[in-house]
Amino acid sequence: MTLDVLQMVLVTIVAAATPLMIAALGELVVERSGVLNLGVEGMMVLGAATGFAVAVETGSTLAGAVAGAGAGLALSALFGILTVVLAANQIASGLAMTILGLGLSGLVGASYVGMKRESAPHLAIPGLTDLPGIGRLFFGQDAFVYAGFALVAGIAWFLWRTRAGLALRAIGDDHTSTHALGLKVRKVRFLAVLFGGACAGLAGAYLSLAYTPFWAPAMTAGRGWIALALVVFASWRPLRVMAGAMLFGGATVLQLHAQAAGLGLPGQALSALPYLATILALVLLSLGRRQGGSVAPASLGRVFTPFR
Amino acid sequence: MRIDLSPRTNRSPLMDGLAPILAFVVAVAIGGIVVAAMGRSPAAAFVTYFVTPLSEVWSLQEVALKAAPLALIAIGLAFCFRANVWNIGAEGQFVVGGLFGGWIAVATHGAEGNTLWVLPLMLAVGTLAGIAYALIPALLKVWLGVSEILTSLMLVYVAELLLDYMARGPLRDPAGYNFPQSVTFDDAARLPYLMEGDTLHAGVLIALAAVIVAAIVLARTLFGFEVRVVGASPRAARFAGFSDVRLTLAVFAVSGGAAGLAGIAEVAGKIGQLQPSISPGYGFTAIIVAFLGRLSPVGILVAALVIALTTIGGEGAQIDLKLPLDLTRAFQGLLLALVLGADALSRYRVRFVPGTAT
Repeated sequence: MTLDVLQMVLVTIVAAATPLMIAALGELVVERSGVLNLGVEGMMVLGAATGFAVAVETGSTLAGAVAGAGAGLALSALFGILTVVLAANQIASGLAMTILGLGLSGLVGASYVGMKRESAPHLAIPGLTDLPGIGRLFFGQDAFVYAGFALVAGIAWFLWRTRAGLALRAIGDDHTSTHALGLKVRKVRFLAVLFGGACAGLAGAYLSLAYTPFWAPAMTAGRGWIALALVVFASWRPLRVMAGAMLFGGATVLQLHAQAAGLGLPGQALSALPYLATILALVLLSLGRRQGGSVAPASLGRVFTPFR
Repeated sequence: MRIDLSPRTNRSPLMDGLAPILAFVVAVAIGGIVVAAMGRSPAAAFVTYFVTPLSEVWSLQEVALKAAPLALIAIGLAFCFRANVWNIGAEGQFVVGGLFGGWIAVATHGAEGNTLWVLPLMLAVGTLAGIAYALIPALLKVWLGVSEILTSLMLVYVAELLLDYMARGPLRDPAGYNFPQSVTFDDAARLPYLMEGDTLHAGVLIALAAVIVAAIVLARTLFGFEVRVVGASPRAARFAGFSDVRLTLAVFAVSGGAAGLAGIAEVAGKIGQLQPSISPGYGFTAIIVAFLGRLSPVGILVAALVIALTTIGGEGAQIDLKLPLDLTRAFQGLLLALVLGADALSRYRVRFVPGTAT
């Protein structure tokens, strides 16, 4: 019995962690290539709106998820043109993408407000899913969750076990030298930006297709920003992103339970918890980093032009 | 095929001035296409967005009232952005300024005798609250190296929730039938109207004064010089012995104070009481204004008026043409993106070269 309760809690934590994890993993690849994409929130919310709209029109959750990722990718292409091709300021361009994404998502989702869909189907393997204590947790999740964990493994393998991954990390650390060595700095960065945008869009689609199966304006509620903080918190490492996402998912679930239990704290204080926890996590991390530890990609946020 | 950027050796001021105008024209063209795709007349939309608000006295006043907080916040942000410091939490500093300044008005509600000191105290407290709130991310950055981008943004959500709590809880009007709002401020706690019977209040003058002061500080003082040098060349600034720490704290204080002042001016001017929400996103829109105005005081003033115009026009378009307000937001985001892109065209010579990508 208690094992089942524990499982239920863990299942909700994983559900709350998945969008943060997917978006943060995409941003991790972008930042490892040396680009700071502050448009994650905008790409995420646009992915949520587009994903839901397409899923309603086609009746297919898969089509919705693909469309959500596509919408994030399209917005990140604009970001890539600005920052990688035209060497515009990355911070300002990212903010522009967030504002643009919030506006566009409102336009796309306007006629879908208030609609509800079945949430994405969960895996059901007779025998395995019904296992007491662990069945639902390991064999009863939806496809997004499995995709998220596959991404962790895939990105960790790509960045540290392939030549292309090594090139990407090298470019993020020193774009001038890698360019001199003949690596295609701007092409790699552009592709990384596209990948990050698609991940953000997919994370948004998860919100509107699986987590809360409806569309509401600005429903990402700062999750894109928390994903950005998560990358810093994880010291730009995929496994730590996964762990950090679970931690934040846990904080979110804790907040919901505390709100339901009514601890006498005002609801607003509990709602502020994820944001305060993010700040606290960043502070603790900086304190810890004083004793060494990995740091940001050296070229992060710096503009690169081939000829200067 | 690849695209090469070579820095222009001498940037023409004409190009610098034309770039944002070009971006604006392109944004309007794209907006027109979107409006046409939504089945409305682009010409009618253009008139509603950009002409109608300018044709009547009351809507002109609305434009000025919207432009004032935008210009005031953006002018503070210009100091930050020029110094390569990224305060993107002006929305939170605005809210905190309004909340704490407004608190004074609630506390002194119904006070007898000489109440001339109430309004100046409100403005001072609002400004100080904005400064204090902005110093949180600034101090975390200089002490611990925590990214000011993320902390300042997270604090926006915290500030909004704090205001929501205060307006529904401790500061709620006890005789207000449980409406989530404070008492209506006394006249002594309101910014005076500029003309009898109009909506224009003294907050517009505060914003104008701030722009003028900022222009003088940036162009004529050592502090303004430091900000400009750090922005143009951080290495040169370090050689000149300018302190990174002091500058970061100073520009955060300036931008936080400006946002806080804008917040209390909005509460004491237009709103006249505390509500769960006091800002339609001024702090974020001001970021667009700052870049659209190319981080220069005069440019920011013009940009604030243009953005205010599209906002008022957007409200009109929602009523007249049933065009959603999100269209305005998307337009403003697109405009910022295009301004940044156009900036590249004025900074670099762009050439298309046959060959492989780099």
